[in-house]
Amino acid sequence: MDPEDSLCSSEVWTKSSSFPNNNIQQPAQKWADASILDYAMEQPFQEFEERTESKASLSCNPNQQIEILDKDSNQMNAALLASKIQDWDPRAMLNNLSFLEQKIHQLQELVHLIVGRRSQVFGRPDELVVQQQQLITADLTSIIVQLISTAGSLLPSVKHNLSAAIPAGGQLEQLDQVLFVSGPGTDNGGVQSQHGDGTKLPELPTQVDGSSKCWKEQNMTVEEQESKDEEDADENENLPPGSYEILQLEKEEILAPHTHFCAICGKGFKRDANLRMHMRGHGDEYKTAAALAKPNKEMGSETMLIKRYSCPFTGCKRNKDHKKFQPLKTILCVKNHYKRTHCDKSFTCSKCNSKKFSVIADLKTHEKHCGKDKWLCSCGTTFSRKDKLFGHIALFQGHTPAIPLDESKGAVMSCDRGERYETTNKLGNINFSFGSVASGGSSVETIGDAKGGVDDPLSYFSPLNFDSCNFGGFHEFPRPPFENTDNAFSFLIPASSNYTQKSGAESSS
Amino acid sequence: MKRQKFVEPTNPFDLISDEIIFSILDLLSSNPIDLKSFSIACKSFYSIEAKHRKILKPLRSEHLPSVLKRYTQLSHLDFSLSPRVTDGSLAIISKACNSKLRSLDLSTSKFFSATGLLSLATNCTNLVEIDLSNATELRDAAAVALAKAKNLEKLWLGRCKLITDMGIGCIAVGCTKLRFISLKWCMSVGDLGVGLIAVKCEQIRSLDLSYTQITEKCLPSILKLKYLEDLVLEGCFGIDDDCLAVIGYGCKSLKKLDVSSCPNISPIGLSSLTRATASIQQLTLAYGSPVTLALANSLKNLSMLQSVKLDGCVITYDGLKAIGNCCVSLSELSLSKCVGVTDEGLSSIVKKHKDLKKLDITCCRKITDLSISNLTNSCTGLTSLKMESCSLVSKEGFILIGRGCHLLEELDLTDNEIDNEGLRSLSRCSKLSILKLGICLNLNDEGLGHIGRCCSKLLELDLYRCAGVTDFGLLSIIHGCPDLEMINIAYCRDITNTSFSSLHKCSRLKTIEARGCPLITSSGLAAAVVGCKLLRRLDLKKCCNVDDAGMIPLVHYSQNLRQINLSYSSVTDLGLLSLASLSGLQHLTVLHTNRLTPSGVAAALLANSSLTKVKLHALFQALLPERLLKHLEVRGCTFEWREKIFQAELDPKCWKMQLEEEMQIAL
Repeated sequence: MDPEDSLCSSEVWTKSSSFPNNNIQQPAQKWADASILDYAMEQPFQEFEERTESKASLSCNPNQQIEILDKDSNQMNAALLASKIQDWDPRAMLNNLSFLEQKIHQLQELVHLIVGRRSQVFGRPDELVVQQQQLITADLTSIIVQLISTAGSLLPSVKHNLSAAIPAGGQLEQLDQVLFVSGPGTDNGGVQSQHGDGTKLPELPTQVDGSSKCWKEQNMTVEEQESKDEEDADENENLPPGSYEILQLEKEEILAPHTHFCAICGKGFKRDANLRMHMRGHGDEYKTAAALAKPNKEMGSETMLIKRYSCPFTGCKRNKDHKKFQPLKTILCVKNHYKRTHCDKSFTCSKCNSKKFSVIADLKTHEKHCGKDKWLCSCGTTFSRKDKLFGHIALFQGHTPAIPLDESKGAVMSCDRGERYETTNKLGNINFSFGSVASGGSSVETIGDAKGGVDDPLSYFSPLNFDSCNFGGFHEFPRPPFENTDNAFSFLIPASSNYTQKSGAESSS
Repeated sequence: MKRQKFVEPTNPFDLISDEIIFSILDLLSSNPIDLKSFSIACKSFYSIEAKHRKILKPLRSEHLPSVLKRYTQLSHLDFSLSPRVTDGSLAIISKACNSKLRSLDLSTSKFFSATGLLSLATNCTNLVEIDLSNATELRDAAAVALAKAKNLEKLWLGRCKLITDMGIGCIAVGCTKLRFISLKWCMSVGDLGVGLIAVKCEQIRSLDLSYTQITEKCLPSILKLKYLEDLVLEGCFGIDDDCLAVIGYGCKSLKKLDVSSCPNISPIGLSSLTRATASIQQLTLAYGSPVTLALANSLKNLSMLQSVKLDGCVITYDGLKAIGNCCVSLSELSLSKCVGVTDEGLSSIVKKHKDLKKLDITCCRKITDLSISNLTNSCTGLTSLKMESCSLVSKEGFILIGRGCHLLEELDLTDNEIDNEGLRSLSRCSKLSILKLGICLNLNDEGLGHIGRCCSKLLELDLYRCAGVTDFGLLSIIHGCPDLEMINIAYCRDITNTSFSSLHKCSRLKTIEARGCPLITSSGLAAAVVGCKLLRRLDLKKCCNVDDAGMIPLVHYSQNLRQINLSYSSVTDLGLLSLASLSGLQHLTVLHTNRLTPSGVAAALLANSSLTKVKLHALFQALLPERLLKHLEVRGCTFEWREKIFQAELDPKCWKMQLEEEMQIAL
């Protein structure tokens, strides 16, 4: 195992152990840690198995043990079981079998103990005997169930049916009931006698119940766990709070370019597989199948904890302290979420130079479509199809279609050009109309006389100003731009904002 | 007298409260010149008029700053007389009127863009109506600007060809209070934009989607509009049967539906459409698929139907009869230019619907006296009858109309066999206000005398090519009908100054068409226009004796003139130039006037800054300087260059024969 890796991860895990919903009993604490460590660090299963073995001999309480492993996966959806079927893995099978073996051993010990006690204290009430019997039956049943499910996973074709039909729904449910019924009548003393080392458990029935549940859950998680990696970061999973473990990575860790480091040379890698490939260069011991195998797979059934991640950013909905906390599913989700939401968008699209991204994959996705998505919403969303945009707008209040910038610019430009064109036009016309005044001068005068009788002060071409009719024509012409600096500016600056100036000039002329 | 005035200089109007003067001003609204006269009487009147005025039709946008300073209470601005409205003008308006402005008409104006509309939309927060029809240059950017006008309720975007779905979408999101929107001829608008309008603007009452590219996809959302009353789908070629079949639910508020010129809607599609719109009262199916029994059956659901328009359709007897049977009570029926309307079909419908008020059987050439007799017997409450070119109806038929339908207000008898007896009978219709007798060659002054004596409420009279009409007939009309607003005496060649000059007695005249009356001279025109201060349209084409001498009084008295046609007249440069004093002249047609010189035309065009449309002979296009033409175009004037050869005038009867021959060839 990678020392650096383990170092950093152990930090994380110790933090995680202080979670409020972490209601593990004290003796189990280490267990939890160890198991998590295993899972997260992809520790070889054998090691874990060893520890389990040793610890088991210490605590001598198989039920408890299992419960610890399972503590957070109590309420698993039965439906999940059916859906989370992965390809058959002989390694996991081996694990299961060795686990079963261990389990049977423990039960054997327990029965031995009972037999021993019985020989010592002969005249005990019958109830205790019945209880002990029930306890053993429960354990046995769970072993059988486990066996069946293991066998089920052996046969890929029938696996689905088996796992769906037998353990989860029917039998185990009944089992639970049996245990519950028997629970209240249990004599504590008798139960205590089971635990040879004297570890006092306050209430056995719940323990028993818990253990049976554990079994049930275990079945599911065995299968579920395998598919976990491939699962999408589905945001809408409805895990009740407390049914999973919340882990929170630090900002530096999230943003670190590499997460896997070579123990020998210190080289960093993004993927653990790459690291393993790299390790081959460090010696033959890294070339074995075991060393090259994906460690995740090996751990199989033992790691039953569902892990969810919290964003380290306080106030974020993805932060565990948020009222409506929504956990993130994988470390990748954490990374993308953190970058997208709490980091600067440092990647700019080279095509449009306007869209920015903080996750490089997003940029690449965008660049693939950039330019094609010409249908734009005011909210910034782009669509490759017009009807999709309109559907989006119809759905949301306040969103409007956004006219592409270049088009609106073009419109402004063109109108501006028109305006300029006009003005130059007018200017040109001054010359012309001078000419026309000169040529038609005499006729203008006569008309002026003829219309002497017409009297209308407000008419624009009253006889009085008819002489100036051609000057009236000048009314249309603005002063030459060089006369007035403002005007000159209105020519030079094509910005649409200065039309007021322009209009002023127009009105004053 | 002078001394007395000196002693008491107080204006008696000072004692009258402004409110009373305001209500007097309200009664002065018929002639805009009156208000002007009032305001220039004295300072106090000037300020009162300025304070009272709500509606303004500016002639020149250049004077807007001073005009808007004077009138502070304007709520409606109509730019239909000023062709050039720039962004600058709109900026001035938006600053001066700001929140007071409620309505703006830019339907005939050009040269504004999105920038101006943006300032308008942002500053004039109470803008409720805006007419942007014919703004063919506007793009989506303008629509984006318009979308800022949150309180907009009525919007005309007819012929805004460059506005696309994107722009319409912006308007839909921005102007959610819209009640009326016209997208007629918005060629770039399709389903998506219209669909969004239907989704976002729930208040829509009236929707005009004529000649857009819409298909079935937007119809369901349109029919979901809760308050929609008027839906026009004229010329929507994209709508076909397949899409109409999809419509499952109905629009209960819809009252008017127009699906005319939709060639892809068959009776099957129509029946699914009518199922969805069972409450409609007016249905227009003009220029659509043949009106057969199947089509008529598809209208069965429409029990509320009051008005059906089937103009230009091919109609079978079964179809017409079935329509008559399925409608409970029809008050308006239009069969104009329908092929296949027979006496049988029409009789069946008029016999059943005795409450019929309006009937249009224009060009139903198979109709005879039989239908007319059934009509006049049954539908005595008829107020409007249009039966142009019903050539099989005999003289007696018109006598029946006069006997049966006393309540007629509008009667179109163009190109019919009616004679003086018919007119005498029709003179019983004392409410008659519109009478069209064009190309009725069988009548003369005697018949018009009956009309003049009895129909004092006549507003419009059309005597186009009534060869028999002379001065006497026109005089009797002028004396009998003082309220006349429109008179057409085109090609009544015998009319002289004697009667024409007495047109001054009809002081409400707005339109005079005196085409081809060679006996009318300038002096006659001068005498006529003295009383016609409201005159807007004057057609003097082929009045070869009208010259410059007639123009001067014309421009003096008829200051409201908007359109004039002086083709073939004797007007020279001088007369044309004098027209410059008409501050609101918009349309000018001068063809074949050989006394005009290019410089004279140029001067006249320059001087007349309100011109929007000028028809000139194509020769002038080369003779006038290009710069001048460009300058005029920038002012908002468009040119039509015609190259028609000079035509000699034909005798009316020859003309009609020639016309009939041409029609025969066409058929």
